[in-house]
Amino acid sequence: MSDFIQTSPARSLQNAAQDHFIAAEAPWSGIVRKGQTIRIEDSFGQQAIDTLFYRADDFSERYSNQDTMRMQGAAYIGIGTKIMSNEGNVMLTMTADSCGRHDTSAGACSCESNTVRFGHGTKYLHACRDNFVLEVSKHGMGKRDIVPNINFFMNVPIKPNGEMTIVDGISAPGDYVELVAEMDVLCVISNCPQINNPCNGFDPTPIRVLIWGGEA
Amino acid sequence: MMHLRRSPEEIATNRARYEEHQKKGLEFAPKALPGPSVLPAPAIDAASVIHQETIPGGWYWSTKLQRGEAIRVDQAEGSSTVALVAWNAADTSERINLVDTAKVQWTTALGKGRVIFSDMGRVMFSMIEDSSGAHDCLMGGSTAASNAAKYPGEKTRNTRDNLILVAVKLGLDRRDIPGILNLFAPVRLAEAGGFGWQGKRSNSGDYAELRAEMDMLVGFSNCPHPLDPDPAYQPKPIVITRYKAAAPTKDDLCRTATAEAVRGFENNALMQA
Repeated sequence: MSDFIQTSPARSLQNAAQDHFIAAEAPWSGIVRKGQTIRIEDSFGQQAIDTLFYRADDFSERYSNQDTMRMQGAAYIGIGTKIMSNEGNVMLTMTADSCGRHDTSAGACSCESNTVRFGHGTKYLHACRDNFVLEVSKHGMGKRDIVPNINFFMNVPIKPNGEMTIVDGISAPGDYVELVAEMDVLCVISNCPQINNPCNGFDPTPIRVLIWGGEA
Repeated sequence: MMHLRRSPEEIATNRARYEEHQKKGLEFAPKALPGPSVLPAPAIDAASVIHQETIPGGWYWSTKLQRGEAIRVDQAEGSSTVALVAWNAADTSERINLVDTAKVQWTTALGKGRVIFSDMGRVMFSMIEDSSGAHDCLMGGSTAASNAAKYPGEKTRNTRDNLILVAVKLGLDRRDIPGILNLFAPVRLAEAGGFGWQGKRSNSGDYAELRAEMDMLVGFSNCPHPLDPDPAYQPKPIVITRYKAAAPTKDDLCRTATAEAVRGFENNALMQA
């Protein structure tokens, strides 16, 4: 883990509204209010952080990877990226990024897709989609509500001929992204437990989530 | 924050296994796949045709496909993009999943010989014929807002609203609309990560044939792709022919071309057992 990096004069560890440590392989969810800033920190480096967003007062409006890519005209997430909903609204804007490599094309690992990709022997391994199912069920949602997500710090190059692979992440310990909420959102995270591809160096590690009020 | 790391030996073993899968996925599969299907499209045996539907430009349609049936999607009157979504008829919480489709086949480029997966690791469609190799699984469809920006002052229909109509008329709702497969949309990524439209990859008269590998509800929208370079809103009619496909042989291309497809069909067999 690295030291706290102050990205705004008003933003310190002491005045964070929320401060969560999320264990390796674990899920988490929480509300980010309009105007608040959420920081997602890759505390140990090379950890993929699978993330979904839902409009807090109407879960039928949720993150859309296709709308986000279309609005950016690009396949990757970075500073300035507008996180779009399936209704065409901006949910959050990415305001800081110390890493520079985030995916939204490859989705979340699941027990079922693992069997196809890595063999039937990988069926009974903890997976992001199971984390998502457990976490969204706390909010009255189900599997049908789980849509293609953002993978912060996951490195998925796509070549002009379409070739797509997951390669080693470039994030260092303490790398972070910050997003300011443009509406009240429910943030759902799966701290990726995948050990069959290099999305987390085959070694899932803990992460940290901090949220500050609008003035910080 | 305490954390016990995995051992270097365990990491090395998993990395070696990943690299083996990656090598097969990237190097074996493209060699096994053929080029595009021939043009013009050969006639479908009239006795096997179940239904033929012409979707006017800007409109939507849905149908039910039984396992073993296929659809030919035909650009009858000119280059057009067709957005497609699908749900398992017996459990609509299982639906087309394009991020899994791309990831497990190590490619965003879909074409003849590839398959399309659900979120449950099962094959929904086999691409048994495809003359263009120019499909888009990344960008999604048009919305009221994207059309308003692209065709200012015009009253136009869009894919998002079309698919809401499809879903709701099937007893589903807007929560159930999955990511969209765009047939006949030659979208590719440049090295820098930006999208481009490689128009020459799709011709008027192109067709794709998808064989249903489970019983499904399938929805279509026939609106211009958001990246379509044509500044005018003028989607052409699309003809969809639903027919009884020939039973797959033991060496069926889509079922045997890649290790991933083989395992996907093994998952289908468990569902159908």
